[in-house]
Amino acid sequence: MEKRVKFRGWLLPILLIAPQVVISAVFFFYPAGQAIWQSLFIPDPFGLSMQYVGLGNFEFLLSDKFYRASFATTAVFSILVTLCSMIPALFLAVVADRLIKGSGVYRTLLIWPYAVAPAVAGVLWLFMFNTRVGVVSWYLGQLGYDWNHVLNGTEAMGLVVVASAWGRISYNFLFFFAALQAVPKSVIEAAAIDGAHFWRRFWTIVLPLLSPTTFFLLVVNIVYSFFETFGVIHTITGGGPQQATTILVYKVYSDGFVSQDLGSSSAQSVILLIVVGLLTILQFKFIEKRVHY
Amino acid sequence: MQKSILGALAVSTVLSPVAAIAQTEVQFWHAFTGRLGELVAAQVEEFNASQSDYVVVQSHKGNYSETLNSGIAAFRAGEQPHILMVFEVGTATMMSAKGATRPVFEVMAGSGAAFDPNAYIGAVKGYYTTTEGEMLSLPFNSSTPVLWVNRDAFEAAGVDPDTDLSTWQKVGETLDALKAGGSQCPLVTAWQSWIHLENFSAYHDVPFASQDNGFAGLDTELMLNGEAQVAHLTAMGEWAKDGKFIYTGRRNEGGANFRSGECALFTESSAGYAGIKAEAEFDFDVRPLPYWEGVGNGPQNTIIGGASLWVMEGHEDAEYAGVGEFLSFLSSSDVQAKWHQDTGYLPITAEAGEATRAAGFYEDNPGTDIAVIQMTANEPTANSKGLRLGSFDQIRGIIDEELEAIWAGDKTAQEAMDSAKERGDALLRRFESANN
Repeated sequence: MEKRVKFRGWLLPILLIAPQVVISAVFFFYPAGQAIWQSLFIPDPFGLSMQYVGLGNFEFLLSDKFYRASFATTAVFSILVTLCSMIPALFLAVVADRLIKGSGVYRTLLIWPYAVAPAVAGVLWLFMFNTRVGVVSWYLGQLGYDWNHVLNGTEAMGLVVVASAWGRISYNFLFFFAALQAVPKSVIEAAAIDGAHFWRRFWTIVLPLLSPTTFFLLVVNIVYSFFETFGVIHTITGGGPQQATTILVYKVYSDGFVSQDLGSSSAQSVILLIVVGLLTILQFKFIEKRVHY
Repeated sequence: MQKSILGALAVSTVLSPVAAIAQTEVQFWHAFTGRLGELVAAQVEEFNASQSDYVVVQSHKGNYSETLNSGIAAFRAGEQPHILMVFEVGTATMMSAKGATRPVFEVMAGSGAAFDPNAYIGAVKGYYTTTEGEMLSLPFNSSTPVLWVNRDAFEAAGVDPDTDLSTWQKVGETLDALKAGGSQCPLVTAWQSWIHLENFSAYHDVPFASQDNGFAGLDTELMLNGEAQVAHLTAMGEWAKDGKFIYTGRRNEGGANFRSGECALFTESSAGYAGIKAEAEFDFDVRPLPYWEGVGNGPQNTIIGGASLWVMEGHEDAEYAGVGEFLSFLSSSDVQAKWHQDTGYLPITAEAGEATRAAGFYEDNPGTDIAVIQMTANEPTANSKGLRLGSFDQIRGIIDEELEAIWAGDKTAQEAMDSAKERGDALLRRFESANN
């Protein structure tokens, strides 16, 4: 069972949690409260006047079929980014773990992409896939495939997913690699003596033992794909074509900071807050139950 | 020698806050980098050196959108500059911000600096004046779309580079010939909404939006799904399908394709001149923007893109006097003529245009006057005075999306423009309720 510490009195406990409460209040509750308040108005950009519209901003958003579609876009995007960044990372970690010599070099090289800022990574991929001058799109052209992510929504989605997942593989690799090192060798050796081959050992022993790490990475990667990928999207597609790559957070940014529609942007933040809250509850309720610590 | 000493003095004055105390400081935020940034800095230095009462301090605040957003954020924090550069798309936003801006005609009247609103080219002035003729912001850099021709690409495809390209009908035939001659990129464009819808409408004298394109009121609705626009976009869509019009992106991405020599024709701003002249390793020339023979009332006149200078509210009277002096200096004929010749932007006063012609600039640089002629050929009508729509940056984004649907073959031009109207109108209603 869990250990509980009992404090006598209430002053010390309050003092101990006070810093966290203050930080949450200043950096979370206050801005979140502001967002909820502002979502009830249509303000002008200069803050000179505000028009109370009640739930008008939400009505406006939910009646916009592009906004509704961006929920699906966000789901597809996050799932793909999470899969594309975790599976290769796990594969690379397993392979690097089996190396006897030179694993340090591999590790260092594999971590490098993490040092590249999302917006810069976006520009790098954009150059490679530029429809007219990109190296990759030129080779694809030679193979008879006409790459044009500027007009083709599926290709645009593929490109932003790859560009977002790329740097993330390094991060996930680090965690998987560390977790693999912590798997007790004795268990694996015992299984090997019993005649279990590599893949069987991986599926039945290693993967379950990695589950806390996998769960942690799942949460972190979904949060990443929600909130930190907009630099990539901004530089590669700007949310296009036809909003095929406009995820919820990108729309908050572009409506609020580019278009100065603060009412709609606040309403979107509130909706996003609810979505992320629900997702987190779901993750901890259902997936965490299957995690072996 | 004397000039360089003055210049050095001006620089040291700008750099040392101590020396600036005696003089009134005027903050000027703009969006120019590179060569344009240097030219703006030079203008400011020249002004500072020309008198001793005021010091203009110029700062670069990012691209057009970022500069506008910095200005707005600064106003909310009470730290606004005196002069803010705002691109033409942000005009309606600024106009509605009564209390945040001080109209230029008031500033000029208050400062007593020389100012004649009638000296400005009609199509430029019209964009930034009220329907009563009061100038709200000072036109600064204005350009208009023209047709750029890669003569070498024409010859490579076996097409006469001097062929008539004045109408879209003729351009259509030329595109066929270019394609048949092996051209991989017969036509490319920059700023598709600005050129192929906004300017297209003005040029053919058909409305882009109701209420005189938004000049007469906030209760405006888009009319870009009219017959003329749909016919043009249908033709463009056909060309896109046949590989005769190559779509490269929403901004000026196509410039790279044209400057590298890949594309034969390029619809782009007249201010593309500096870049094309610097990079193109082929023979090029400039033609007026084509029009559809028999459609609307074309060729009327094209409208401008670019930016104007807004004066922000909330400063001392003495500072506004300095603002007035500076704006008067910027619109003086010499400064304007030099700016026009260096950048390819339009001369905003008729006098600056005359001075440039008299100096023989147009003979030495053929084609540089086409934009001026195209804009000033006719007195602007209600359809060709300009556009004044709220949330216009967002609406342009919507138009871009719908145009992409046409180029990709997902929608017909009529479907796409009907949808653009519906979505754009929703934003116009929001803007109306935020500013009523």
